[in-house]
Amino acid sequence: MTTDFGYALLIPLIPLLMFLLLGLAGNQLKARLSGLLGTIGLGVVFVLSYYTAYKYFFATEKIAGAFSKITAFDMVWLRFSDSLHINMGILLDPISVMMLVVISTVSFMVHIYSLGYMKGEVGFERFYAFLSLFSFSMLGLVLANNIFQMYIFWELVGVSSFLLIGFYYQRPTAVLASKKAFIVTRFADLGFLIGILLLSFNTGTFDFSILCDPQGAAIATGSGAAFLGLSVMTWSLIFVFMGGAGKSAMFPLHIWLPDAMEGPTPVSALIHAATMVVAGVYLVARLFPVYIISAPDALVVVAYIGAFSSIFAAVIACTQTDIKRVLAYSTMSQIGLMMVGLGVSGYGGHEGLGYMASMFHLFTHAMFKALLFLGAGAIIHAVHSNHMTEMGGLRKYLPITHITFLIACLTIAGIPPFSAFFSKDEILVAAWHHDKLIFAVEYIVAGLTAFYMFRLYFNIFWGKETHYHHTPHEAPAVMTIPLIFLAFLSVFSGFIPFSKLVTTDGIPFEGHIDWSLALPSVFIGLVGIIIAMVMYKKETSLPDKVAATFKHGYKWAFNKFYMDEVYMFVTKKIIFAYISTPVAWFDRHIVDGSMNGISRLTNAFSFRIREFQSGQLQKYGFVFISGVLLLTFLMVYLWN
Amino acid sequence: MSLQIFSLMRHELLLIAVLLLILVAEIFWDPARKKNIRIFAVILFGIITLLGFLPVPEGSLFGEMYIVTPVRLMMKNILNIGVLIVLLQSITWLGKEKNSDKISEYFILLLSTLTGMSYMISSGHFLMLYLGLELATIPLAALAAFDRYSNNSAEAGIKLILSSALSSGILLYGLSMIYGTVGNLYFTEVAGLFTGSNLALLGFIFFFTGMAFKISIVPFHLWTADVYEGAPVNVTSYLSVISKGAALFIFIIVLFSVFPAISVVWQKMIYVLSILTMTIGNLFAIRQQNLKRFLAFSSISQAGYILLGVIGGNELGMASVVYYLLVYIFSNLGAFGVAIAISNASGKENIDDYNGLYKTNPGLSLIMMLALFSLAGIPPVAGFFGKFFLFTAAAEQGFFILVLIAILNTIISLYYYLLVIKAMFINKSENPIPPLKSDFPTRLALTLCVGGIVIVGFASIIFEYIRNMSFGV
Repeated sequence: MTTDFGYALLIPLIPLLMFLLLGLAGNQLKARLSGLLGTIGLGVVFVLSYYTAYKYFFATEKIAGAFSKITAFDMVWLRFSDSLHINMGILLDPISVMMLVVISTVSFMVHIYSLGYMKGEVGFERFYAFLSLFSFSMLGLVLANNIFQMYIFWELVGVSSFLLIGFYYQRPTAVLASKKAFIVTRFADLGFLIGILLLSFNTGTFDFSILCDPQGAAIATGSGAAFLGLSVMTWSLIFVFMGGAGKSAMFPLHIWLPDAMEGPTPVSALIHAATMVVAGVYLVARLFPVYIISAPDALVVVAYIGAFSSIFAAVIACTQTDIKRVLAYSTMSQIGLMMVGLGVSGYGGHEGLGYMASMFHLFTHAMFKALLFLGAGAIIHAVHSNHMTEMGGLRKYLPITHITFLIACLTIAGIPPFSAFFSKDEILVAAWHHDKLIFAVEYIVAGLTAFYMFRLYFNIFWGKETHYHHTPHEAPAVMTIPLIFLAFLSVFSGFIPFSKLVTTDGIPFEGHIDWSLALPSVFIGLVGIIIAMVMYKKETSLPDKVAATFKHGYKWAFNKFYMDEVYMFVTKKIIFAYISTPVAWFDRHIVDGSMNGISRLTNAFSFRIREFQSGQLQKYGFVFISGVLLLTFLMVYLWN
Repeated sequence: MSLQIFSLMRHELLLIAVLLLILVAEIFWDPARKKNIRIFAVILFGIITLLGFLPVPEGSLFGEMYIVTPVRLMMKNILNIGVLIVLLQSITWLGKEKNSDKISEYFILLLSTLTGMSYMISSGHFLMLYLGLELATIPLAALAAFDRYSNNSAEAGIKLILSSALSSGILLYGLSMIYGTVGNLYFTEVAGLFTGSNLALLGFIFFFTGMAFKISIVPFHLWTADVYEGAPVNVTSYLSVISKGAALFIFIIVLFSVFPAISVVWQKMIYVLSILTMTIGNLFAIRQQNLKRFLAFSSISQAGYILLGVIGGNELGMASVVYYLLVYIFSNLGAFGVAIAISNASGKENIDDYNGLYKTNPGLSLIMMLALFSLAGIPPVAGFFGKFFLFTAAAEQGFFILVLIAILNTIISLYYYLLVIKAMFINKSENPIPPLKSDFPTRLALTLCVGGIVIVGFASIIFEYIRNMSFGV
């Protein structure tokens, strides 16, 4: 294929170099300088990514009307044998190029924003080093041309997320949250690894270009063997999805995401809203041909887990008071929606509407959710609190944040002409044609989303007049410019003709708005907004009354349906008590005991044989000759 | 014809030329600036090292007494790299006042042993091998006694010369018996005519033990402890890395090309001896407090691991041994390099003295850590891949129990390597070694070592390259 995309290697390499530079020499640079260096590095990546997107979508010839898959770089990294080797490469296709744009945009905005938000923090250069590491890993993940490379970067993303959540390592809650995020996603990645091994064992390749070729031999050879009523391919893809569900915080592996909000807010915007958490969606999209052709059953699992997660999270979001947690649950809910899009999609042309819509929503969601988080960051920066109970009437103090936040809220509520209206509508259309139950669920979720977002909005910017210790003031320009830029994207990115760019088979098709489904969804969004307005615009006793009416339901939702408690029960009461304790006893007494015994023996023996080393040459000669004689006897004896 | 001789025998002839140049320089150089001979000699040797990599045709000289094959050239080149590092590491030490009158002596002695090793590696006849071996041994005794006013150094010299006399005697005795049964000492002839009668076998065993002495295989290793400890630390590093490596190279060539007929016999011998060597080397190393002695004993157990590649008995075994020695040279010289730098600056050589080294000398500590990790065989550094290939070679022949024992031994060795690392990084010290600034040659040598440890491990081409040339010994 064309190799004039060779420069694409720079896109992941620049953040890596920045990480090495800031990580190794960061503490010798001035904090400000290291921040600027990191930002400039990402700026270059930003420009390169947009250039790549332009060149890929508009300046590269299509083959048979379809966007081609371009391998810009490929090398064998580790060769075990001739057939088994791990490559490192760069694959450009519509979704990876789209992800480049998403990651570089959000990451660049977050880099700029953090110059203001993190100013004066201890470990400023460490923060930027970690941000660069994360950007490198995430870019490597989306550009991977084989599933094993993806797995390596997948883990790197997990590590950098761990480092960033635990950035305030003096704070015990941050440390706990980072551990929780790492352990939960790591547990999910175990499934991913099993999935990779099953998948590649069955298909005989790691390479995406072979694996995901719908006419290719890999998919055909893979289907065959069956286990527990499902084909092995289905099992492997369900396991792969388990990895994706862990990173994308799908039920029941979502418990780490709300806690991850302990990290600095720009990190939440970058990792836990726009990029890393959609890695699971990206993974399913990347393997979509395999899913649709050899394991449609696995797609059903994807769709139902997505739908359940989206409504589950939306209900919880209605009750939370920590604004970042509301956003976290909202993220979970929206990602569930994207999973639904993939799960209800078909393959080829207009059939692949769900896939296209899912990618479209991924794109728009990244922009408006990053905007929401950065806006929340500006609010927290101004009032020094995460709790909406301590806010109110902020529209007077934070005009820019207010407007951009309102735009983002309207976008997520699906009000036209903001971007999410288009992307969400397409998902609903796809769901309608595929599965009415899922459609109904998502329809309710749309209403709930509008409700909890405007509950948040009115509580922060309207509602009661709160007295603040310091008068809140608008954030500096380095923080508001990213907000404005992202608001711009949130408004207008809906007009990008996605169906002409990102499709299942790479062949563009005509997309159109289905008003018979779009109008009701706008309507329910408006209903949600109005209810929120009635309840929260002025301070009333209405919310408490509603909460009292649904006392039990409210309590359950407020406590996140006690999922954390369930996990604690399973791990502490069952796994620790009945599995870990006996294993630990065995380890401490039998394994360690025998090791200690060996070491004592070794020590005693080494003490004994010191006497050989007497320093007397005649003894050495004696030992030498004895050795010769011994060998002679031994060999002559063995020989005969 | 003469040009062909030159190009085939280029390593040895160039070495002799340098030897002569240093001799001339020693006579005519202005006495006040004699110290510059060090730089002169090292630069000359660096040039030789580079020239050694020029391509050369295969061939033989003097009626097959002297043989050149790609793998033998590779072995010489590996030794040259190692010697270059040793020489770079010696510059500071040679610059000291007490050594000022014998700078060129050091180079002449050391390079003549290297000449002997080169001839030994290229030999196609047992007498050629013997001549090379003696040329590689006798000047070593003088080198070991280099600190002539130090009792230990003098003792090391005399012990080395006496023990080698004993082993040479036995080796020669063995050769005479082989000659007695075969009537010839050319490698090719012996390989064809070797019978395996008891007399021939006895000859082989005597020859084997003579070589085992050079490689310091247990129980023929006892000389090493005293010699390694008494000799100046630079000489010790030369002894434990280069001299041992050269002996291993010719050992494996002779075993593979001359005695394949009795491979069952020597595989059994090596089986027993490698277990003894690994285990006893390790058990001694655990007890050492002096870092120099510690590295010397760990090098005994390293020789035990290398025997696993020898027992493999095919080109994979050959490639794994050559590759491992390449890795081993970088790793062990890296560790010795740090020890030398510290010994030069502070005179301290005990492991306890290294407590808290990381606080004062982070760079040196990291290099030491990398080198020790490589020696212990921890991935992803080169030593891991080296051990992996050695063990693969043995496992391919079905010696699984031997591999298991070797792995257990690497675990034991891990313990004492980590002890040093613990001392440097974790232990606290009242008066740690003060921060020291090493000069350019030392740094260059350490950089070479670190580069080797990292690159040789990651670049899989190097192993493939060695493996491809290992077919024709």
